[in-house]
Amino acid sequence: MNQPAPYVHWGFILISLPNLVLIVVMLALFVAALIAPFPHRAAHHRADDDD
Amino acid sequence: MTEAGAGNPEAAAPPSTGGAGSGDGPEREAGWTGAVRDRLTSRLSIDELLPTRQPSYVGSWVYVFGVVTIAALVWVVVSGVVLALMGSAWWHTSSLGHFFNSIHFWSVQMFFIFMVLHFWGQYWGAGWRDGRAKTWMVGVVIFLFSIVTAFTGYLVQQNFDSQWIAVNAKDAVNSTGLGGFFNVLNFGQMYGLHVMLLPIGVTLLVVIHVLQVRSRGVVRPIGDPYVPDAAQGSASGGPVR
Repeated sequence: MNQPAPYVHWGFILISLPNLVLIVVMLALFVAALIAPFPHRAAHHRADDDD
Repeated sequence: MTEAGAGNPEAAAPPSTGGAGSGDGPEREAGWTGAVRDRLTSRLSIDELLPTRQPSYVGSWVYVFGVVTIAALVWVVVSGVVLALMGSAWWHTSSLGHFFNSIHFWSVQMFFIFMVLHFWGQYWGAGWRDGRAKTWMVGVVIFLFSIVTAFTGYLVQQNFDSQWIAVNAKDAVNSTGLGGFFNVLNFGQMYGLHVMLLPIGVTLLVVIHVLQVRSRGVVRPIGDPYVPDAAQGSASGGPVR
């Protein structure tokens, strides 16, 4: 870690590899949160709608 | 006035206090304490403050990002208190100091990562709908406060990195005109802001943000098929404004 991070240069985009990896991980986490099943969702799905 | 009262029975009725307490509600008492109490109780009941059930659409990982952000903030504050108690020589030279310094740093990373994920979720879900604009705006202010708080944190590390950041940031801050009020090279000023004023500000804003969410409930998903648009307004059955 005692050296500059490698950079990705693509056209006008210039970003360090750690920052690029972080953004990709965050996007993957967000998409996973949208599609991953939530525990116990089925048990409460209709009961709450009856309120 | 007497004639109007005699001719119209409704005119003789006591004036309505309006709001949630109109009709059968308790009478309002004079004074600012009574006014604040009435306002708080009309806006936030204990059932809304500590609900035991949530709408079915809350069963999604997207709604977990906000509470994970708060959990990270707790770790930020706890580790920050330890660092403030022990001092910079401790966090730079001892193993335990390095450990708490790392906890502070990485919990801040988690705080920002999950705050941005929460932000994405609310942005794409239009979380400001149905009277939640103020909740959205407070969230934006929290984001801005957090950036300044983190920046002052970089300035008070007491190492060459913080000196390098301060020397370079000096020109940027001066270019905005804020240099007349904030000197990033002044360690005492930056440290006071970082450990006292800004964390108190962020924490208070987060408390307000959570209370706002509790008072209105979690916003319904866009195009929720279970409730027609006309009935939208209070996901938790709370007050509609």
